[in-house]
Amino acid sequence: MTSRFEQLIAANEKIEPRDEMPDEYRKTMIRQIAQHAHSEVIGQQPEGNWITRAPSLRRKAILIAKVQDEAGHGLYLYSAAETLGISRDELNELLHSGKQKYSSIFNYPTLSWADIGAIGWLVDGAAITNQVMLTRTSYGPYSRAMIRICKEESFHQRQGYEIMMTLCDGTEEQKAMAQDALDRWWWPSIMMFGPPDADSTHTEQSMAWGIKLETNDQLRQKFIDMTVPQTEFLGLKIPDPDLSWNEERGHYDFGDIDWDEFWTVVKGNGPCNRERIAHKRKAWDDGAWVREAALAHAAKQHARQKEVA
Amino acid sequence: MSANLNLFTYLLRLADDNMVLSQRLGELVSWMPELEEDIAIANLSLDHLGQATSLYAYAGTIEAAGRNEDALALTRSEREFMNAVLVEQPNGNFADTIARQFLVDAYQVPLYQALSSSTDQTLGGIAQKAEKEARYHLEYSSTWLVRLGDGTDLSHDRAQSALDRMWPFAADLFATDDVEAAVAAAGMGVDPTTLRDSFDSTVARVVELATLRMPTDTYERTGGRTGMHTEHLGHLLAEMQSLHQAHLGATW
Repeated sequence: MTSRFEQLIAANEKIEPRDEMPDEYRKTMIRQIAQHAHSEVIGQQPEGNWITRAPSLRRKAILIAKVQDEAGHGLYLYSAAETLGISRDELNELLHSGKQKYSSIFNYPTLSWADIGAIGWLVDGAAITNQVMLTRTSYGPYSRAMIRICKEESFHQRQGYEIMMTLCDGTEEQKAMAQDALDRWWWPSIMMFGPPDADSTHTEQSMAWGIKLETNDQLRQKFIDMTVPQTEFLGLKIPDPDLSWNEERGHYDFGDIDWDEFWTVVKGNGPCNRERIAHKRKAWDDGAWVREAALAHAAKQHARQKEVA
Repeated sequence: MSANLNLFTYLLRLADDNMVLSQRLGELVSWMPELEEDIAIANLSLDHLGQATSLYAYAGTIEAAGRNEDALALTRSEREFMNAVLVEQPNGNFADTIARQFLVDAYQVPLYQALSSSTDQTLGGIAQKAEKEARYHLEYSSTWLVRLGDGTDLSHDRAQSALDRMWPFAADLFATDDVEAAVAAAGMGVDPTTLRDSFDSTVARVVELATLRMPTDTYERTGGRTGMHTEHLGHLLAEMQSLHQAHLGATW
């Protein structure tokens, strides 16, 4: 006899918080949603790094709004994770202790204004490729969160590409800045889809449960095929000598990805891993007295209301 | 001074207050005690930036010398900025940020309310939109000041110290000279001294709710309106203007 869970999955229907689900499914969902939420939260840092130096008031406003959206996505995703029976405080602790991860892409530094363009264009572009698939994922609250998030992300991606276009139409220095950003962000961006299918520990089970609908390599190929013409339009060069159109496959071939670099960053030894977590922990620890004050005030208010009543 | 120069100067003073405060708030994004407050602080920063942008853009058309909002915000020097010294004060701890914001909000609500009926329609329109934002800001900062003041012993002490520290700089919001007198006489601007009663009653009301006491220091640090700033402003502008100034003439 098949369980109701298996029936729902087979019928392509959503699993909802009150439905029974295998422990492993619950754990996988918590891990994945939490990792996504943490990525949005940590993602505030590399982009926030340019809020105070944005080159025009218009760009400053767009950037602040974007970083604000990311905090909002984090909040929204934490709520989705909470429906699986884990609290936000627990999730915070798991992030701070390094037991849960966030996207490795945010462990690279933003060193010029063009990085803000490259992140919007490439990083958000890669994220959307992955997230469009997740709007159809089997867990209902996550799927619904992704529908909303995808709309804002595609807006961010257009804004990022527009920054790149403006730089490429600009002075020689601006164009060099854009190329340098592409050089640094290209490989980390295509690593965002995760290890090759052959080495991906979670892919098979996640596909069976309808959590993932396409594999890492399929999504990576889709992203590269979409991005190459956009790069040509900008007049920039992708830093991969092996990149070429394969008529037979109907896809771009590309060079070997440095998976040693990928694993080095995942394991905590990328350029900014330590700063990112230290920043997050400091903000949290420095804010402890504020959160305590809010709780103390609410308790006093409650007591006063009881007295009156 | 010509009428246009008075209006231009007045608009810049209003714009600079918002620009500098927005910059300070923007420094805090990702540093707040909760994710909800990261969102709120970004929102405040955006509102002040929007107000500054509208005011600079209008100032640029009054000046009619080809300077747009970016030129006015990103190429003027420390001595040319005319914001009140309160807004340039560093963020400090969360209580300092809230105290600074609260004092600005208590001033901007009656300011924008009065400016909404300016004889200058453009300025009146900017003020009408800004008044709604300022009311929300005042609610936010008052709520937090009360939570901190009426929270734990530690938060009470920090809120009191923050209020005491920011208080002498608040006087600069009400400093006036011939510029304010002229624009007020023309019905375009507001003499800030007329906002003092409203400001004082807001502060007194919230300070009491927060179980704090009114600051007793009578020292007043003014001078921002004529470019006599505290030493903090130069550093803020150096950061804010660095990229724009490294590529003067470039389009972004």
